Amino acid sequence: MKKKVNITIDGKSISATPDDNIVEVAKANGVYIPTLCFYPDMGKCLGTCRVCTVKWKRHHVAACTLKVEEGMELTVQSDELKDLRKALVELLFVEGNHFCPGCEKSGDCKLQALGYELQMTVPRFHYRFNNRIIEYNSKKILFEHNRCILCKRCTHKFKDSKGRRVFFFKGKGCHLEVEMVTELVDQLNEEQVDHLVELCPVGALLKKGKGFDRPYGERKYDKTPVGQTTETHPKPSTKKHKGLL
Amino acid sequence: MTKNKKVSLATISLAGCFGCHMSFLDMDMKVVDLVDLVDLHTSPFNDLKDFTQKVDVGLIEGGVCNDENVERLRSFRKNCKILISLGECAIMGGLPALRNNIPLKDCLEEAYVNTPTTDTQKGIIPHHEDIPKILDKVYPCHEVVKIDYFLPGCPPSADAIWQILTDLIHGKEPQLNYGQIKYD
Repeated sequence: MKKKVNITIDGKSISATPDDNIVEVAKANGVYIPTLCFYPDMGKCLGTCRVCTVKWKRHHVAACTLKVEEGMELTVQSDELKDLRKALVELLFVEGNHFCPGCEKSGDCKLQALGYELQMTVPRFHYRFNNRIIEYNSKKILFEHNRCILCKRCTHKFKDSKGRRVFFFKGKGCHLEVEMVTELVDQLNEEQVDHLVELCPVGALLKKGKGFDRPYGERKYDKTPVGQTTETHPKPSTKKHKGLL
Repeated sequence: MTKNKKVSLATISLAGCFGCHMSFLDMDMKVVDLVDLVDLHTSPFNDLKDFTQKVDVGLIEGGVCNDENVERLRSFRKNCKILISLGECAIMGGLPALRNNIPLKDCLEEAYVNTPTTDTQKGIIPHHEDIPKILDKVYPCHEVVKIDYFLPGCPPSADAIWQILTDLIHGKEPQLNYGQIKYD
């Protein structure tokens, strides 16, 4: 077992194990750092959304990419950081086409919940209304590119029974988008499809044949702020493919 | 705004569905309380179309989709001390803005020429000087005039509307609780 070291978060001294993830260490010690692409026990974190930005050595760093080091001094809650996180969420809202009133994931969407929590009433940036497509080709998944925030959860954290990735990045810069391999997605079982849909923090990946299933008021973030909920993603049981038996 | 003085209120629905106005009426008995606090001016509630005086608060429902909307919105800005964007359509264009990625010509042809029920021989896109000209996109209100406060929701709850109005009436900066800010 590693020897514990001391770090400071917002002036509060915390004893932590070296190499532990800062977001998880902070949470265990009652300090909340908002996250979007991160979820507990995810292994190597993605660091794409930057919503967990904290200040370390006068730099802005995504907390999920930071590991505990001896003598670390972090700032989590400051007006500047709160505004920065809000701006990051606002950017995600204007970059895609997030029509919440017509979204099946509304109420269960992590991006929307962060907007509520950060008291976002209107983004400070101009809406881009980018031209994105909706993919209907798969028999099991409807892929709404308008809502995709390019968080990498589906491309990097989801694999099929044979351990293959089924989503990939295509293009660069403002042309970057996620590409779905329809043939592989169609081979997924029910449990894997549910896991995939749950893994998507927004309403980009939807299960076909399932629409609005719970009334207003009974959805995940209707009454509980995202900071008071826990996101867990138990991996589906990986049944070996018949060909490998 | 000074205490114990009636506040004048104006409302309008631009490219909206009147859902926000319906939500306003969902205040139920609080509407009776509101009568003691506000004087209603230009509004679909009383069918008054033009301003006869400057008012304190203007509520805008719906985004800006045609030239008449632009004109009405500018008139509201000119005559209201405080403007509030009410609902998703006023804030980001809302569902009417789903057309923003489709060229206007294709939109109009789909609606008036290529529909299954249109006689293709006679299918024409309506045009007359009295009919407002459609804009290329549906614009959020704050991209056309300055908006002072925003209340999201589709529609915003009656509670949230009551909260923002009473806060302003009592001279407070509007404070919305968790659950009052909604995007759906």
